[in-house]
Amino acid sequence: MAEFAYEPGDEAGPAPGESVQEVSGKSPWRLAGRRLARNRLALAALTLFVLIVVVSVGAPVYAHDIAHTHPFATNLEATTVIGGKRVAVIQQGGGALGIGEIPIGPTWHANYFIGADEQGRDVMARVLYGGRSSLEIGVGSALLCSGIASVLALLAGFFGRVVDAVLSRLMDLIWAFPVYLLAISLATVLLTLEHPFVDPASLWIPTIIIAFVYVPYVYRPVRGQVLSVREKEFVEAAVGLGASNVRLMFGEILPNVLPTVIVMLPLMIATTILTESALSFLSIGVQPPNASWGTIIDDGQDLLYTRPWVAIAPGIMIVLTVLSLNVLGDGVRDALDPRAKLRLKG
Amino acid sequence: MKRSMTRWAALVTVAALAAASAGTAAGKGSTRTSATARGASGGTLITLANAAPAGSPDPQVNYTLQEWQFLIITHDGLVGFAHSGGKLGTTIVPDLATTVPKPTDDGKTWTFTLRSGIKFSNGQTLTGKDVKATFERLFKIGDSPNAGAWYNAIEGGDACVKTPKTCDLSKGIVVKGNKVTFHLAVADPEFLDQLALPFAFILPANTPAHNLNIPPAGTGPYKWVEYAPNKEMKIVRNPYFHVWSKLAQPAGVPDTIVQKFGLSVESEVTQVEQNQADFIANSDQIPADRLNELSTKYPKLVHIETLTATFYFAFNTRIPPFNNLKARQAVNFATDRNALVKIYGGPKLNTPTCQVLPPGFPGYKPYCPYTIHPGTKWTAPDLTKARALVAASGTKGMVVKVNTDTTDADKALGTYFVGLLNSLGYKARPQFLSNSIQYAFIQNSKNKVPFAFSDWYQDYPAASDFLNILLGCGSFHPASNASPNIAEFCNKPIQAEMDHAETVGARSPSEANRIWAQVDHQVTDQAPWVAMFNPRQLNLVSSRVKDFTWSPQWYLLLDQVSIT
Repeated sequence: MAEFAYEPGDEAGPAPGESVQEVSGKSPWRLAGRRLARNRLALAALTLFVLIVVVSVGAPVYAHDIAHTHPFATNLEATTVIGGKRVAVIQQGGGALGIGEIPIGPTWHANYFIGADEQGRDVMARVLYGGRSSLEIGVGSALLCSGIASVLALLAGFFGRVVDAVLSRLMDLIWAFPVYLLAISLATVLLTLEHPFVDPASLWIPTIIIAFVYVPYVYRPVRGQVLSVREKEFVEAAVGLGASNVRLMFGEILPNVLPTVIVMLPLMIATTILTESALSFLSIGVQPPNASWGTIIDDGQDLLYTRPWVAIAPGIMIVLTVLSLNVLGDGVRDALDPRAKLRLKG
Repeated sequence: MKRSMTRWAALVTVAALAAASAGTAAGKGSTRTSATARGASGGTLITLANAAPAGSPDPQVNYTLQEWQFLIITHDGLVGFAHSGGKLGTTIVPDLATTVPKPTDDGKTWTFTLRSGIKFSNGQTLTGKDVKATFERLFKIGDSPNAGAWYNAIEGGDACVKTPKTCDLSKGIVVKGNKVTFHLAVADPEFLDQLALPFAFILPANTPAHNLNIPPAGTGPYKWVEYAPNKEMKIVRNPYFHVWSKLAQPAGVPDTIVQKFGLSVESEVTQVEQNQADFIANSDQIPADRLNELSTKYPKLVHIETLTATFYFAFNTRIPPFNNLKARQAVNFATDRNALVKIYGGPKLNTPTCQVLPPGFPGYKPYCPYTIHPGTKWTAPDLTKARALVAASGTKGMVVKVNTDTTDADKALGTYFVGLLNSLGYKARPQFLSNSIQYAFIQNSKNKVPFAFSDWYQDYPAASDFLNILLGCGSFHPASNASPNIAEFCNKPIQAEMDHAETVGARSPSEANRIWAQVDHQVTDQAPWVAMFNPRQLNLVSSRVKDFTWSPQWYLLLDQVSIT
């Protein structure tokens, strides 16, 4: 399983290739913006990611106004017009035996552009809708995870002693479970739970589960940063001026560990999108009739020989999204913390 | 039995089904249609299965067709289903006994005469002691699935169920020379069917009374030499076998039959297409995306055979919204069975149905009230009527969990119903559970599953095997994982009809079948299920295979296949 590791650079300073004069007197955020703007690869990745987000957000427009289809409705008995001819969406198998019903393949027309799945649904429309779910869960869980982990890391690093010991052991406990095993267990329990507040169809369930299992992965580096920043002179100065604990944590320390969180965020999103896809592929993430890229790959599994596009199309979207986020993550790291080490493991 | 036939626990509970119905009537009047012009004997028949048969390999415990296809040619019962294709294959014929006896004492006493000169594959000679010991072992072993459901009808059987280790059937099975007499506590018209199943196949008296890792010696034309669950199971010729009845147990054709485990079904299909293997076990479902390829490139390798099975979704008739008859009928009217047939491979492989009993089964009389033109055949859904019934039921807007296992095609069925129920105004949610837990989960009333997928294949040809097991009051066991009446359906007047049919069956199978037909229609009217379709079995064999003989009871008769 791919995991990420982040080791922040020791001190702020010029990036390789930058002179001290270039950076002196400029705010870290401005410097980061300038470095990012110079990184063409990162900008290309950002453009690609934005494009994916835009087409996914525009899924209803595509389904309603271009493909004229309902991406979640079963169309097993439906027909469609391709090149002036009316054809069945699910076609009876040929050959001597006439067995095996085959969904319509790529038409390269507006309707059923890359074909239908085994329920007769437009795969292109579902891939775009699936992107909405995958991105919502991926971005949502990464933000949620980063937020929770940052607050816990602030508490642990700032107060130390018992608070640090309890929170760190709790994180160790979660860390001790294989990520997917823990996520699968939680998802299975929540999906079978009979409770008025738990709606199995809600995207919040996979979002919360994924956010929860990755909290320790963000908590650890951020806590390390908090421990380091807490000892800085400007924090001591603030203490000397009588700043409250809340002010110290959120006014002095948090802004200085935020770059660490931001550097990790793109890679976190990539990781959470992959996890969401895996859970949905196993039928314990996004629940039908909703779609995500993982559920569509699962749907396509049964059509690999006859209609491979059903599985390939969402696979390509996952690859492009994760690739763009990884490259963007490298760019953000180079911009914000050029001496840090950020890498994928496993 | 269930399709996967890994869920044998369901039947453990069906103790109420001792009496029954039409028994062997299906085979009457049929003709023998087994293979002709056999190829040369010898060679190795290589079969493939994704996994070893579920559960213990012990012949008195295992409840899978996958292993039974081997056990019927390594072992024999006192009687057996004719080793033949066509309807004859459902007929009970004498096997280790010389004749099929008529019961006396109001159906409670059955006397069999053993054939002489029959030896087990370990060289021991078959005697009456082996018969008695076999049935005592069936209880002593402790986990034989139907010990407490079928065989406890033998006098002393109930005591054996309570204290298996000290089981003594001296009163129930009396051996005098080559005569073996069974005394039953209650008359059981299905007793012969139950004797013809592998649980009752005769084992040597000295077989240990615990689960074995490989079936022990038997009397059939083959003997077991290997049972490695992660690799293969293998049988070879039994040197002590001689033919005593061609109809019950003919000589086998291949010298060796092996079943290899572990490949994906996709790979199995490729291997058979390329003659690297000869047959895919019926427990493995041919992937839908390979069907067209088989139809266009390899039609000669495909044999499509009729099955006596019904695929259905069961309503929970005791909890909202489907404790309301109108709601259940509404979903039945709305279901597009042609669409469901398409999901499962198309009309060549499945036939839409509205009722419980499958075509050709004892008591079957075509009936379909849930279609646009009610009558004997489903034609199209009636959505107008369905919507009116939902409105009249007052159940609109209620939450419904649609439960299936995670097999691709079954999930697709579930997805279809989620969409359908939503379109009828319910708030439907899917609940896909792993194949290994789904069946147990939906049987347990504590889980309150409102709408669940299941299927049923015959154990033997008797209407009670569907109607009483799946919808009888006695088959519902609250809070149990082994409660095959998933719908929790119990209709007292209909149950009285079932009990009447079972009583009548002891003297007149044809009269009993007439009653069972009424019961089938009455149950269908109460709509405890959405009966979807009756499947056909697609068999894929290599081009090396000749003499494909299809038994309606045992499916492909492996020993009758010749390899070129």
